[in-house]
Amino acid sequence: MTSSLLIEQLLNGVQFGVMLFLMSAGLTLVFGIMNFINLAHGSLYMIGAFAGAATQAATGSFLLAVVAAPLAGAVAGLALERGLFQRFYARDHLDQVLVTFGTILALNEATRIVFGLTPLRMNLPDALAGHVEIIPGVPYPTFRLVILGVGLAVAALLYVVIMRTRIGMWVRAGASDRPIASAMGVNVPLVFAALFGVGAALAGLAGVMAGPILSVQVGMGEPILILALVVTVIGGIGSIRGAFVAALLVGIVDTFGRILLTPALGGMAIFMMMAAILAFRPKGLFPAHG
Amino acid sequence: MRIVLAPALALTLLSSAAFAADPVKIGFLSTFSGPSGQLGQELLDGFNLALEQNGKTIGGRPVEVIQGDDQAKPDVGRQVADKMIEQNKAQILTGINFSNVMLAVAKPALDAGAFIVSSNAGPSQYAGAQCNPHFFAASFQNDTASEAMGVYLTAKGVKKVYLLAPNYPAGKDFLAGFKRTYKGQIVGETYTTFGQLDYAAEIAQVRAAAPDAVYFFYPGGMGINFVKQYDQAGLKNSAPLYGPSFSLDQTVLPAIGDAAVGAYASAFWAETMDNPQSRKFVADFEARYHRIPSSNAAVAYDTARILDVAATAIGGKIEDKAAFRKALETVKFTSLRGNFAFNANHYPIQDFYLAQIAKDAKGRPVMAIREKIDTGHQDAYVGQCKMAAD
Repeated sequence: MTSSLLIEQLLNGVQFGVMLFLMSAGLTLVFGIMNFINLAHGSLYMIGAFAGAATQAATGSFLLAVVAAPLAGAVAGLALERGLFQRFYARDHLDQVLVTFGTILALNEATRIVFGLTPLRMNLPDALAGHVEIIPGVPYPTFRLVILGVGLAVAALLYVVIMRTRIGMWVRAGASDRPIASAMGVNVPLVFAALFGVGAALAGLAGVMAGPILSVQVGMGEPILILALVVTVIGGIGSIRGAFVAALLVGIVDTFGRILLTPALGGMAIFMMMAAILAFRPKGLFPAHG
Repeated sequence: MRIVLAPALALTLLSSAAFAADPVKIGFLSTFSGPSGQLGQELLDGFNLALEQNGKTIGGRPVEVIQGDDQAKPDVGRQVADKMIEQNKAQILTGINFSNVMLAVAKPALDAGAFIVSSNAGPSQYAGAQCNPHFFAASFQNDTASEAMGVYLTAKGVKKVYLLAPNYPAGKDFLAGFKRTYKGQIVGETYTTFGQLDYAAEIAQVRAAAPDAVYFFYPGGMGINFVKQYDQAGLKNSAPLYGPSFSLDQTVLPAIGDAAVGAYASAFWAETMDNPQSRKFVADFEARYHRIPSSNAAVAYDTARILDVAATAIGGKIEDKAAFRKALETVKFTSLRGNFAFNANHYPIQDFYLAQIAKDAKGRPVMAIREKIDTGHQDAYVGQCKMAAD
């Protein structure tokens, strides 16, 4: 492998990892802080992608699509949280898995009824459709660099909010000890709803950023949800920093696993890594709970 | 006792004597749910269009279509097929789109006395040693589109080809079919995890190998992802994409859009096929369903035509299995594909064309036929088939 190919593949791995981070950030917050397993997180990603594609089809604007998708994700997420999921916070994980799995099926079917089974298309504006030669002789798709930039910006923003603001302090307090945090006067239902909304908006954003690269179709949320769960578990449930590091790890290991190992082994590489990490650190790399 | 039996006996006699008026029962088993659900709908729409144009009859008898969803799972397909045959008394099974579902369903269905006339899946097993008097594939043998593309790229003198497919049986079959006829150099062969989303790493490997062409088989959403990402990587001009029509047909083209324009497909039928029956079919299908039909719909349409023409030839008496088999083997109908005949193994002998993705008058991407690759193409397994008598 030449060094420019090595660098290109490294870039591919980081870019894929950043994409996964966008998906995992909301999932790990909801799982870690609210102790709620939301399998329907992938459906919010799908809703974001469809909202983006529909907005672009109606207005012709990619920028509007990027604005509409997180909004649609947040609205759908809040509606689900207020209408259904909040009743399950006190229930055990099996009940939560069942209700959110049922939600996946219902949302997939609803999307099929509204949009049909033919996958939708999202076009890139000309400025983003091409490629740039960041490594000499290796044109790299511009839009993938945009994803990289957006993902890093979201990571930085989340870091600042969570580590440097009062809201972030509540979130961290809730993550490490929920009863004490509410005893100290944190309005837990409000923080939870807001947090769920932010997580859903991030899933919607991930959906619209994936739209021009991946197929916008019913059921698109499930394969990526599995990867996001792997990231969440490796990173330590509830830890944004953990999710970021784990997402990059998964992206890079998956990329190099695919090109260096046999197909069967390459597909398993990230799961073998997960098993190895959990064997030594059962709570993940950066556990939020002590 | 005698009193009870007599009416029952009379009823049995009456019903067998009156079979010409009984409906022909067709089990339409396909994938209607999940990410591949679009395929089942496409097949059913094509099949139903032919039935509607025929006054909802097969061989002069009314038709009862029993629809079933296999959920793309062999075990589910097997259960639904069993129910269709035992409870609904389906006489003919069709619609199956996944070869692994077909392999699970075919043996018990054939043993129970049903005919299978496949409108899509064409596994090699039933083309070769396991060929069966009551199994027909009106569609294609899985390997043939790849074989045709191998013939074409060899004839064009394309020297270096890179191969990509998902790591599952059909993916391996398609690439094996290509390698069977392609005489140039294979500079890379990559199998990816089934359902993989991101292909950036594989595309970087393709660029590094610098092939003259890429031959790929990615059905459904995988193909949409791959072709879009390949275009964004800027490789489309230096290493053009070639695939079987299933990777570039109307089930995926609307979602891929301009990224597919310029890619090549080997096809036994395309929406631009220049014969009167095909032009009429495309126009009727668009008027009825408001989209361009894919080759899946075209083959399902042909399947319904085959059933009707064969059944009509024997006066609708498909219960006479030997006669129906003979009528199917020798069926003469105006196929959307032009030349069509069943081979000794009950798989098609048909022509293959090279198509290129171009835009139609309304700016939609379509498969435009460029030239004929092969006339009367037969699959590679027919020699292994020793077709049993009835």
